[in-house]
Amino acid sequence: MTQTETPESSGGDVRLRGISKTYGSFTAVHPLDLTIPAGSFFALLGASGCGKTTTLRMIAGLEEPTTGTVELAGRDVTALPPYKRQVNTVFQNYALFPHLDIFENVAFGLRRRGIKSVAPQVEEMLDLVELGPMARRKPQQLSGGQQQRVAVARALINHPEVLLLDEPLGALDLKLRRQMQLELKRIQTEVGITFVHVTHDQEEAMTMADTVAVMNGGRVEQLGAPAELYENPATTFVANFLGTSNLIAAEVTEAGGEDLLLAAGGATLRLPARRCRTAARAGGQVLAGVRPEKVALAHADDAGEVPAGHNRLTGRVKDASFIGVSTQYVIDVPGVGELSVYEQNIGRDGRLVPGAETVAHWKPEHTFGLDAGQDISAGADLGEEAA
Amino acid sequence: MTATATPAPPGPQPRTEPAAPPLRKTPARKRLIPYWLLLPGILWLVVFFAAPLVYQASTSLQTGSLEDGFKVTWHLATYWDALAEYWPQFVRSVAYAAVATVLCLLLGYPLAYLIALKAGRWRNVLMILVIAPFFTSFLIRTLAWKTILADGGPVVGALNALHVLDVTSALGITEGHRVLATPLAVVCGLTYNFLPFMVLPLYTSLERIDPRLHEAAGDLYARPVTTFRRVTFPLSMPGVVAGTLLTFIPAAGDYINAELLGSTDQKMIGNVIQSQFLRVLDYPTAAALSFILMAAILAMVTLYIRKSGTEDLV
Repeated sequence: MTQTETPESSGGDVRLRGISKTYGSFTAVHPLDLTIPAGSFFALLGASGCGKTTTLRMIAGLEEPTTGTVELAGRDVTALPPYKRQVNTVFQNYALFPHLDIFENVAFGLRRRGIKSVAPQVEEMLDLVELGPMARRKPQQLSGGQQQRVAVARALINHPEVLLLDEPLGALDLKLRRQMQLELKRIQTEVGITFVHVTHDQEEAMTMADTVAVMNGGRVEQLGAPAELYENPATTFVANFLGTSNLIAAEVTEAGGEDLLLAAGGATLRLPARRCRTAARAGGQVLAGVRPEKVALAHADDAGEVPAGHNRLTGRVKDASFIGVSTQYVIDVPGVGELSVYEQNIGRDGRLVPGAETVAHWKPEHTFGLDAGQDISAGADLGEEAA
Repeated sequence: MTATATPAPPGPQPRTEPAAPPLRKTPARKRLIPYWLLLPGILWLVVFFAAPLVYQASTSLQTGSLEDGFKVTWHLATYWDALAEYWPQFVRSVAYAAVATVLCLLLGYPLAYLIALKAGRWRNVLMILVIAPFFTSFLIRTLAWKTILADGGPVVGALNALHVLDVTSALGITEGHRVLATPLAVVCGLTYNFLPFMVLPLYTSLERIDPRLHEAAGDLYARPVTTFRRVTFPLSMPGVVAGTLLTFIPAAGDYINAELLGSTDQKMIGNVIQSQFLRVLDYPTAAALSFILMAAILAMVTLYIRKSGTEDLV
C-alpha cells in the first residue's frame, strides 16, 4: 500500500453500542449495535419515523441517547457536546447561516477552532465544490444545488472523523439529485472520510453507499452491501422497501436437500435451501420471493420452450404498461395472486396483451425464502412512496 | 369588456367568466383593487396625520397673541428661540429615552430569549404576562409607580437600608433619601412602560430563527456562548432595531412619566410642549418644538438604521 495517512486523518470507526432513544413512552430507536468502518460510505435507509435521523443525531451529539454509548475512532464521546466532537453534519435544508456570506459560512468551523489564516483552506474547499466565484454571495442568492454544496464544504473543511448527511438531497429535484449523488460519492472517494448518510430514497442509498442499513420501526432490519440487500433480502420489509418483490405464500413439501420444494397455487417451486432465511421443514409455510425483473414471460402457446428446471406459474395478463426501457406486466395467477413482471423491451411478444394466457418463469436460484410469520406487505407502500 | 366603474363589493365574488379566453390585459377593476384596499389607510393618514402636520407647520410660522390672533409671518426665529431656551429639555429627553431604551434591551432580551427558545409550553402564558399591562391604562400604571416609589414605601425603605440610595445620590441620579422626583424615577417609569414594545419585536425575531442554525453552529465547534454571539444575536438584529426604535421614539416624546414621577428638574421636551400648548398658550413655540423634536428623532433614527444595516438581514 502506498497510503501513508494515519487512521485519524482518513476518518475513524463509528461504534454504537446498545444505543437507544425513547421520548416518553415512544421508542424512536431500539437498542442498537452498529459498527461503521473507517472510510466507508454508510447509508441509514428507512421511511420517515423509522429512527434513522435520531440515530444520526445521537452520533452528532445533538440528541442524548437514553441508553448505550457512541464511540468515535475508539474514544467514547457519549457525554461530549456536539462542539467537542470531531463530527460534522450536513443538515437537511442545509441550515446555512443567512447573515454570513458563503466564504464565512465555510470558514465558520475553522474560525471557531481558532485557526487564523482561513483563506487558503476556504478557497481550496470552495474550488472542490466548484463555488469559488460565489464566495461573497449570501446563501439565499444561491440555488438549491449550490447551497447543498456549500453545506458539504462547510462540514468537510473541518476534516471530521465522520461526516453525517441528513437527507442532504431531499430538497433537490430529481435530475440535480442524481448529479449530486455522483458528486458526493466522488468527494467521499477523494477525501476518504467516513460518510454516514441518512435517506428515505432507496435508489440514493444503493447508488452511493458501500453498506446500507435498512431501518424500520427503530430497528435495523438488515445490513449489507446494496446488491446483497437487493438480491437476498432477509425480511419482507427489506424485500418490499428496496425495489419491488413478488412474495408468494407457499407450503414446504420437501426439505432436507439442496433445494426446498414448495407448493403454491398448484405449481411446484424450487428454492435453494441456502437462500431461505427461515428454518423450513416439510409441511411448514414460507414466503417465496422473486424480483420482477428476474421473471420472464412466455405465451401459453410457447409453454414448451420454457427451459427445464425453471420455476413456473401459469396465469393471465391482467395489465401491461409500456414504460420505455421495459414493459411492466401484472399477471394474475390463480391460487397465488398477482405477480409483477418487468420485461426488457427486446423482442416484445405482441401476444402478451391483457387477457392472454402466459407462463411466468424464472431460475430457481433467483428465488429467496422468508419467514411466513411476517406481514407480507410490510414496507410496500413506503417503498413506492420513496422511489 | 366587463369592466365597470363601480368598485368591487366586499365579500367573495363568484368568478363570472370561467370560460372566457385569457385576457391580455388585467381588467381595470382588478388593477384598481390595490388602491381600493389602500384607500381607508390613506384617508386616515390624510385626515389625522398629514392635515394636522400642515396645520402645525403653519402654526409654527405664525406670530401674534391669543387676544390679537395669530398670523403666518414666516417668523423662523421662533425655531431658534425655542431651541435656545429649551435645549436642556431636549438633551434630557434624548438622554432619558436612550437610558430607558438600553435598560429595556438589557431586561427585554433575556426575557424574549427565554420565551422564544426555552419556555416550551409556558410560552403563551409568559407572552400574556408581557402583554397584560396593556389591559390597564398607561396613566394608571404610571400612578401605581408613584405609589411603589413613594418616600415612605417599602422599596425606598429597602434601598435606604441597603445604602443603595447613597450611591445613586452620589452619582446624581437620585436626591437624598428619596426616589420620586429624581431622574431615576422617570427612567424607571419609562423603562417599565415601554418594555413590552421591546420584548414583542425581539420575541418575534428570535422565534423566527431556524433552530437548526443553533445546532449547525454547535456542530461547527461553537460553544453555546459563541453560538449566541455569532449566530443568534446577529440574526435577532431586526428585532433589536425594531425594539429600540419602538422604545426610543415614544420615550423621547413622552411627558406622562416626567410629569408624574419627576419634578421640575426632570422636565422632558414633551412636558414643555404640553405646557406651551395648554398653559402658556404660545402655540407657535409649541408647534416649533414639536417639529424640532420630530426632525431630531428622524435624523437619529435614520443614522441608527444606516449604522445597524438591517437591510441585509431580511
